[in-house]
Amino acid sequence: MNGVEEALTRAHHEEWARVVAALTRRFGDLDIAEEAAAEAFAAAVERWPAGGVPPNPGAWLTTTAVRKAIDRIRREHKRDDKHREARMPHDDTPAEPPGAIDDDRLRLIFTCCHPALATQTRVALTLRMVGGLTVPEIARAFLVAESAMGQRITRAKAKIKAARVPYRIPSAEDLPARVHGVLAVLFLVFNEGYLASGPGTDPVRHDLTAEAIRLTRLTRALMPRDAEVAGLLALMLLTEARRPARISASGELVALDEQDRGAWDATLIAEGHHLVRERLAAAAAGVAPGRYQILAAINAVHTSARDIRDTDWSQILALYDQLVRLDPSPIVALNRAVAVAELDGPEVALAIVDRLAEALAGYHAYHATRADLLRRLGRGQQSRAAYDRAIELAGNTGETAYLTRRRDQLR
Amino acid sequence: MRYLVSVIDDKSNPGSTDRQPAISAFNERLVAEGCWVFAGGLADTDAATVIDNRGEQAVFSDGPFVESKEYLAGLWIWEVPDLDVALTLATEASRACDRKIEVRPFQ
Repeated sequence: MNGVEEALTRAHHEEWARVVAALTRRFGDLDIAEEAAAEAFAAAVERWPAGGVPPNPGAWLTTTAVRKAIDRIRREHKRDDKHREARMPHDDTPAEPPGAIDDDRLRLIFTCCHPALATQTRVALTLRMVGGLTVPEIARAFLVAESAMGQRITRAKAKIKAARVPYRIPSAEDLPARVHGVLAVLFLVFNEGYLASGPGTDPVRHDLTAEAIRLTRLTRALMPRDAEVAGLLALMLLTEARRPARISASGELVALDEQDRGAWDATLIAEGHHLVRERLAAAAAGVAPGRYQILAAINAVHTSARDIRDTDWSQILALYDQLVRLDPSPIVALNRAVAVAELDGPEVALAIVDRLAEALAGYHAYHATRADLLRRLGRGQQSRAAYDRAIELAGNTGETAYLTRRRDQLR
Repeated sequence: MRYLVSVIDDKSNPGSTDRQPAISAFNERLVAEGCWVFAGGLADTDAATVIDNRGEQAVFSDGPFVESKEYLAGLWIWEVPDLDVALTLATEASRACDRKIEVRPFQ
């Protein structure tokens, strides 16, 4: 990559959300902001190679985008005589101080993750408006036709405008729930990358995990005091750190107990552990940790063990007990049972898992966990049946390969 | 910004019938906060008549325009600054009415 290309890539990563957010605030219209930002970046691709990279790429892009937006509004006003004189924007506002622009990006994130939008729409809109992914990229990421994804984003922008979804940081009383909504969107993006679904996709989609981490870092920079944002970032880093060891050369998923721990990314682990230690210190001072902080702590215990045999299962179980109090869902109970199996044996764990049968009958991990426990108890035939069901339900190609091998190893 | 706030009831699983005091108290608050434009409960859908005069002569038909399990039981019109305010109020309205609420902006 030459210098100009690098500058373009960096500008896209660092400035896209800033430009869209600033324009949305100025023109009160996501559609205008998105289109003008895209045009400004296209102009940069065209002009920077010959004319050189401007000294302040962000300011250049914002100024260019503002000009494009005003051009569009003028064109529309000319088309529509009735509104010719209405709300004609002028380009004379002084540059915003950096603090206010950062706030705009946070406004943008909260608007894209608004509870009045469907979850999949929130994900798509966040990736487009905040992440700067193109519609074809998002469509590919979620195995949706490009036209359908384009329509989904267009409808969302129209709803935000028609229903007047406000462009602001939620009030203090709404904030925890709204932050949780944002984190859920980021976690969905990450998980789709980490355990990609669909028969034709790679088992791990690094582009999506990287994008989720990038957006979570941005959210953390904007809300540095939010403990759950820090928790989610730590959770993603500690999960991502294991990615190099997670898929075998033949594309098969490698379970935690079989992973080459030397291949884990030490830098990501160090950063994740640092965040978890910070949260532990806060918890010791009496701040009750939320769901993502506990999940991060569980992953910190796993990534602290140099060998699977060194894993501190009693600490993991204590953390799951804490999580169950916060989130008594059957999926948490299932994951807790895995720790129980290590401490109290597979028979005790199986009894817990069997109680979840009704709630999790359609969940592949339920059957996979059960299959493994039955295998350890020497109940091969039942184990095989459970593997069969898990393979039927698993959507990830690497996981299917792993489960098939484990089943075929049964005697 | 004006929103039509529809109260949706379900014939197979109707909301409770003792909500009037809670709804009245909620209405008083809407008025005090300057959000109240209009409110009204509707008679049963059996009382509806549909008129179609798009053709040569008007056709009257007995009953609602669409027969469904869920139906409009009442409505409000609110004047509030934005959707967040409307959704916060609608959350309380749903509790007061013991029914589902739809919030839809006017054009």
